[in-house]
Order: sequence, then structure tokens, then C-alpha cells
Amino acid sequence: MADVLVVDGLDVTFELHESEVKAVSNLDFSLAEGETLAVVGESGSGKSQAFLSIMGLLARNGRASGRAMMGDVNLIGLPPSELDRYRGKDIAMIFQDPMTSLNPSLRLRTQLAEVLVRHQGYDNDKAYRAVIEMLERVGIPEPVKRANAYPHELSGGMRQRVMIAMALLCRPKILIADEPTTALDVTVQAQMLDLFKTLTNDFGTALVLITHDLGVVAGVADRMMVMYGGRCIEKGPTDNLFYDPRHPYTLGLLHSTPHVGKRAARLDPIQGLPPSLEHLPKGCAFHPRCAFRFERCFEERPPLLPVEDVREKACWYQGELKYGKVA
Amino acid sequence: MLGYALRRVLSALPIALIAITVCFFILRLAPGGPFDTGRQLPPDTLANLRAHYNLDQPLFMQYLIYLGRLFQGDLGPSMVFDDFSVAEMLAIGLPFTMMLGFSAFTVATLVGLVAGAVAAMNQNHWPDYVLVALVMVGLVIPNFLMGSLLQLVFGVYLDWFPAGGYVPGSIPHLILPITVLALPHAGRIARLTRGSMIEVLGTNYVRTARSKGLGARLILVRHAIKPALIPVVSYLGPGLSYLLTGSLVVEQIFALPGIGKYFITGALNRDYGLVLGTTILYLFIILVLNLIVDVIYAWLDPKVRFR
Repeated sequence: MADVLVVDGLDVTFELHESEVKAVSNLDFSLAEGETLAVVGESGSGKSQAFLSIMGLLARNGRASGRAMMGDVNLIGLPPSELDRYRGKDIAMIFQDPMTSLNPSLRLRTQLAEVLVRHQGYDNDKAYRAVIEMLERVGIPEPVKRANAYPHELSGGMRQRVMIAMALLCRPKILIADEPTTALDVTVQAQMLDLFKTLTNDFGTALVLITHDLGVVAGVADRMMVMYGGRCIEKGPTDNLFYDPRHPYTLGLLHSTPHVGKRAARLDPIQGLPPSLEHLPKGCAFHPRCAFRFERCFEERPPLLPVEDVREKACWYQGELKYGKVA
Repeated sequence: MLGYALRRVLSALPIALIAITVCFFILRLAPGGPFDTGRQLPPDTLANLRAHYNLDQPLFMQYLIYLGRLFQGDLGPSMVFDDFSVAEMLAIGLPFTMMLGFSAFTVATLVGLVAGAVAAMNQNHWPDYVLVALVMVGLVIPNFLMGSLLQLVFGVYLDWFPAGGYVPGSIPHLILPITVLALPHAGRIARLTRGSMIEVLGTNYVRTARSKGLGARLILVRHAIKPALIPVVSYLGPGLSYLLTGSLVVEQIFALPGIGKYFITGALNRDYGLVLGTTILYLFIILVLNLIVDVIYAWLDPKVRFR
């Protein structure tokens, strides 16, 4: 299948008072039409910033360089006025916190319809009808009534459904969902993932699911990209990474996730804290927390190299990863 | 929305009563009375005068009599200028004070909003720095000093505008007083607007609007202005009442024919009726303005309506 997004050498840096911090370094990946890619990592791994930079939504002190090709267009470095031709239309984004991501002073119908008016040239009536239809589709009861409501009249789950409806109105080629279920009740999370899967399937939209929750990834993602310290350290098909992780960090992540039905005496968290991006360790950024490290890891940073046909990892250790040694 | 407005009106009534009561008694705490100044009056005459104005009654009775008249819309007589009722005197001064206050209010609001928005959108660049500095100057110089400075510079040295006085219909006479009145309020509004605008531009929902590719203008006009105005509007009501009361001092400095003159002479003469009447007028203005602000507030922030 054709790639809808090809990212190549993406760097994101933030200027602080006296220093510069590199939040994302040399990120490469591609996204095929209609597939679901999970981007996994701890807070500060650069996973959100990478995609905010593609959307042109970095904070004022952030700069991105490299390429993010959507067809013939490089989204990185495009001035906002140019970017606005694609944002919301071909590439849309959903954010973590549905409570604050909708404008509290505007009716939902206004916030939804404006997307269609802007990108498809619909008149208000036509846009309104399309909005109602989409609200129905994302499972909002009494869509006509809800459309006239303000965000604070809806629950968190309902608001996230509205966000999904908003993002999908123009049937984008790419949907980026940044921790879309983190702020929601567990019971609602599963429904929401289901909804993502159905709708992106129906519309042929490629989904990027940014998350730190491996439970979310398991049933939904086709491929998976694990990030640490601003870099991709392992990527490949979800099943391969889940059942046969090759990077010690991926292994650690899997063992720090509780599994329903599997009664473990205790969880095995990865020891230590994620590194500060201002002071990344020399060599492999993960080596201070890694149980498999050896001399080389302290000095040289491992490049991201193919392991088998379909997967890549950035790790010097080539032996077998044994669980139990991680902690 | 209508029900909300009605509830606000009803809740304003007890506030009015409390304020009138407090003002009435505080005024009587001040030493002296309306007939202490000027020439010494014979005891009979004084007693007659006191009886005429009910000042011989117990204080609480006086209070009830005053309230009774007030409910009939009567502010009573002036105790010093006995040819006029308080209402008549206020009616003479009020139009000018209102005109001055509202002109300054309009100027201050427009200048403040524009300056604040421009500063917010150029955050930490030179237009922002210049505006923030100007705002500080406007805020820290009190109006009696600023008034005198402007009179000196623009009225005397440069002779661009008259330094004081008023000729009906003359705009040049109003420029300096309006500037003095408007300056600190423009500054405060600019600061509020700048702050809330910067905050709103950094919110998640503005980020959502940007992710929808709406374009800078639509984001500003539809998504940012309304929420950014909420703190500004809540200041406008009290701000306008400050402007109307602050004009008392400015009217005095520029020798202008507003209520300020009556209020100050009334206070010096212990003219109970006049001072109380002026205070009640201001009280009424402030209550009405706050009411208007509450209603606008409910429009800007839908959550308010449901409380």
C-alpha cells in the first residue's frame, strides 16, 4: 500500500533561556494508507512533540527540521497559512484532554461546522447536516440537541467523541491521536478504541496512536514504534514486538504492564527514571537503566538497524533477552 | 438568560438598602452639622431650622423618614442651598459628569483593548515592551498629578488646549480632562487584555483551532476574543464607576461644572442631604453597571447562566 506520510530525519529542538534541548532526534518512519501505527514511550520521550511538529503546533520556542512528506508536500517548515490548507483536512489531530480541548464559549455545532465551511466550502446548512450525521456516527445520542450544547454540558467521553467527529469531518488521510484515552474512564477507553478502529477503517484513514499504555496498543495497532530520549529505539509489527521484543527497553515496558487474567505477584517496573532531555547520557540513552549493558553502550550510541526484514532496533546487545534480568 | 437577569436585579435590592443605611449613619458620625459654618445663628432660629429638617428627632427616626422619602423618589432638600432640592442640584451637574465619564470610558476601553491585543500578539517583542512601559506610566501617576502636569505642559507651555474651565459644546476644553481620566483605565484594561489574550492563545482549545487549519484571523475573532474578554468585562463595570467617581477630582482640577463640585462643597458644608443624595446616585449607577456586566458575562461564559 502507498505511504501517506514519510518522515525523514525529523529533529525538534526547543530554545530555553541559555540552552537548547533536542526533544526529537533524527526520526524516520512511514505511515501506509489505512494502517494503524502506535507510538509508544514514557513522558518526555518526544512522541508528542514529533507529531505536534508535523502539525505545525509546536510551542513558540520550538523549531523542527527534516522532512515529513505528505504526497509531494513537506509539512515541516511550511508557513502556517500554507499548512492551513492541509491541517484539519488531510491530516487531523485529537488531543489528550477532551475537557480543555474544546472552546468553552462556543456551541459544539459552531466548532464542528467551521471545519467543513473552511475546507470543503460548505454553506452553513449543508455543514450543519453533515455535522449531525457525523455526531450520530461517533455514537452521540440526540445529536441535534448535543450540537446546540456547550462543551461543559457533556461528559469527558462524549467530548472525546465530539473531538473524533471534528477530526474526521473531512475524512482525512491521516489521523493523529495523542493519548486519546488517557483522560477517560477505563470503561469508556475500550469503547473509544473500538470507535477509532471502526471509523478509520470506514474512511480509510491512517491512524497514529500516541500512547504510553501498551494495553491500548495490543488490540489496535498494526505496527509499533518505541521511543526513548527523543529517538526511535525499536519498531516493527505489533505482534513481533509484543511476543518477541528485541530492545531491553521494549522488554521492560512489556513487563511493567499489568495483564488481565495473568496474576503476577508484583509488577516489574523499569528501574530509574527517564532521562532529562537536557542531559542525555552519553552513548546509548537507555544504558543507565539497562540490565544488558556492556562497555560499548557507555561510549557509542547504537544506530537504528534492521533486525529481520520487517523490524529495526537501536541496541548493541545481540544476545537473547531474558526476562528477569531486566529488573 | 432573562430569568438570570431578573435574579440579579432582585439580589441588588438588599445591597442597595445596606449601602444606604451604612452611608446614612457614617455621615452622621462626622463632627459638626450643616449650620455650624458661616455666621452664628440665634438659638431660636437654629432650633427652627433643625426642626424643619427633622434634625431634632432621634437619629433612627431621621433614618426612617429619609428612607420613607427615598422610596417616593424624593432625595430631600439641600440643607445649605435652601433654594434647591438635592435632586435639582444633581440634575444640573449629572449630564456633564456622565458625558465626561462615558467619553473617558469609551476612549479608555478602545485604547486599552487594542493596545492589549497588539501587545499580546507581539509578546516579548518591541511593541509589547513599549506598550507595557506606557501602561506602567499611566497606572502609577495619580490623576491629580497627571492633571496638573498636563495643564502645565499642554495648557500653559504649549498652549494647545485650554488649561481649565468649560464652554458648552467646546471639545478642546474636554481633551485634557478626558485624557487624565482615561489614562489609568486604558492602562488597566490593556494589561488585563494582554494577560488574558496571552493565556487564551496558549490554551488547548486554541491549539485545537489551529489544528483545524482555521487561519489566524478566524482563530482570533471566533475562538480567542470571546473568552479573552471575560476578565476584561468583569473589570469594566467597576472601572466605569471608578471613572464616574474619579471624575469628581478631575472636575475640581479642571474647574468643570459636574456633580463633583456639589459633592465636595456638600461634604465640606456637612450638607447631609446633598452628600447622601450624591452617594445614592453613584450607588445606583454602580449597581446598574454591575448588573449589565453580569448579563454580558453570562453571554460570554455560558457556564455562568446555569449557576
